[in-house]
Order: sequence, then structure tokens, then C-alpha cells
Amino acid sequence: MAAGNTYDAIATQTLSSAAASVTFSSIAGTYTDLVLVTSIRKSTTGVSAYLRANNDSGTNYSTTYLYGSGTSAISTRDTNRTFFDSLGAAGSSMAAGTFALSVNHIMNYANSTTNKTVLARKQYSNTSGTWDYVEASVSLWRSTAAITQLDVLAISGNFDIGSTFSLYGIASA
Amino acid sequence: MSNAGGFKSLNRYYDMLAGNAAYVPIFGAYDSIATTTLGSAQTTITFSSIPSTYTHLQIRGIARATGSFTNADGLIRFNSDTGANYAHHALYGDGANVTTTAGTSTTSGRFARNAQIANNNTASCFSAFVVDILDYANASKYKTVRTLVGYDANGSGISELESSLWQSTSAVTQIDLTTDGGNFAQYSSFALYGIKGA
Repeated sequence: MAAGNTYDAIATQTLSSAAASVTFSSIAGTYTDLVLVTSIRKSTTGVSAYLRANNDSGTNYSTTYLYGSGTSAISTRDTNRTFFDSLGAAGSSMAAGTFALSVNHIMNYANSTTNKTVLARKQYSNTSGTWDYVEASVSLWRSTAAITQLDVLAISGNFDIGSTFSLYGIASA
Repeated sequence: MSNAGGFKSLNRYYDMLAGNAAYVPIFGAYDSIATTTLGSAQTTITFSSIPSTYTHLQIRGIARATGSFTNADGLIRFNSDTGANYAHHALYGDGANVTTTAGTSTTSGRFARNAQIANNNTASCFSAFVVDILDYANASKYKTVRTLVGYDANGSGISELESSLWQSTSAVTQIDLTTDGGNFAQYSSFALYGIKGA
């Protein structure tokens, strides 16, 4: 039965200077799921930010997307990538002050028997009417290793000042 | 104040409070209620005797079906109600196409529509899901469920938004999860949480 507070803030980083990546390291295996909440703007026109587990840069990631652009619903897939494409970023062409919001559920991250799946919701809203998306995606990391480190990567350019990255842990009974 | 005789009775505790408020343990707003991780395949996951002390429930987990399919459905039923009292809607993408489906007057709700990965798909890959059961203890509303669910297997996969309705005003006290793709496989894991209101 109820076992007390089970949704813990692990760490939060708010950028006071531009950065190409943000790292959460030494993640304890004491939770069942991780939740990563981000609010990101980038210095380049790209609208994605990327997530990598345990510093694995091999082609071990894939993602299936479902998104709506305001005019149509679309589904696409990426395979054999070197990161989770599970985070949104407001690109430099978007209205000033616009940040993209994302929530990533990193499920059963600490077990050593299953590949790891990430459920994500993200959205970009832009005053110009372009690059307006709402998206649900599911990503796979083909590894049974427990996740102990997460790197959020800009890949191109930097994350802007004011971007925030919060990691939570959910513990089950 | 003497503690002769020790703290052995509730009256003694009240005496020691000397007018101060009693200690009441305060748990968080998000509590773990129960978790099941399968050591072997199992047909049904049951959460029973669910207290009505929360505002919402959430089920989080990973699952795989044992049947000889690529994917399957995940089914949810409340309070052992097998009547045709459920409805469900899904919006999902398979990497190429977007599909919406619905069912009415069904005998169970859905927490996955084709988004339950099954035995013919890539080994060691599991579907993941976050199921919210809103206002589950309210005795004047039908119960609505929303789910974010999906799997990816590096070449196949489904990303899905799902909702279900249980046409009952009864408080939810039991939840049964099954799949139409056989059993839930070993290592499938289901965790039930309670979310409190202020």
C-alpha cells in the first residue's frame, strides 16, 4: 500500500549560458521510471533536441512518431539512429521567447532484462503558424543495460539561456 | 515530565502531547499503491481493494504479449464488470499511416489498440504505457481513461493516444488488465499509483 512520496525531483538544470549538451549522470537505479521534462530553445533553426543513454553513440536507437501540424496527421519512423529523437526545441526562426515543451517517460530504465522504451509528448507552438506541432512518439534503445546517464544533446548549435531540464524519479512499491 | 512506564498507550501519547498537535504522517501527492512484475507469463493483472482516498489513479508499465502476433490490444476492465458497458477510441501512427478506431458497447476498455507488442516481434522489446484513470472514486460520473502507449522495434512500431469510457458511476475498486494477444510475457511490469487532490 501507500509507501510515501514516490515522485522525486532528482535534478534540474536551468541554463544561464548557452550549452551544447546537458548531462544527468550517476542516476540511481532506485526508481522504476524516469520522467524528463524540458523547455528548450536552440541557436539554430532545427526543432529537435536529442537524448542519449549511457553515452552510447552507436546506431541503437529508433523512434516512431505521430504528430499533427494543424492541417494533417502524420506518422513517420527513424531507425538505427545514434540518439532518441524524443525532445522538441524551438528553433531560432521561431518567435523570440518561444520554447518547446517535452515530457519523456523513460520506462523501467533500471532493469537489465529488457530493451528500453521512451514515451514522449512534445509540442512546438509558433506565432507565425509554421512549425506548429503536437506530437506523441515512442523510442527504443536496443540495450538491456540499466540507464545511469542521460545526455540531452543539441547536435547542431547550442541550447539557449533559459532552457530548463528537470529529471524526476518515480518509485513503485 | 516523567516518562515512567514508557510510551505504551494512546492515552499516554496524548498526555505527552501537552496540547500540541498529534503527529500525522504526511505522504506525498503521488503514492505507489501496488506493483506486479511477472516472473513468468500471466493472463491477467489484477489490482484489487483499491482505496478511494485518491483523486486519480495512474498505471505505468511495460508489457509484451506471448501470442504469435506482431502486436495486439491491451484490455482494461473495472470492478469485474463484464457487461457491454465500455467504449474506446484510439489515434495511432505506425510510422507510415495514421489511423483512428473506436468501439462502443464493448465488454472491456482498451489501454492499447494494436500497440501491445507481441511474440512475433523483435525479442526483448516491450510496449510502454501510462494510463490515467480520472476521478475514479467519484460516485456521480462515468469513468474516463486516457493512455499514452506505444512500442518501437527499430523498423516497426506504433505511437498511440487511447481513451476509454466505463459507463458506471461506481467507484473503481478493482482493475483487471489483459491482452487479446495471449498472456503477458515474463518481465512485463505494471505499477499502480494514486494521485491525491489538495
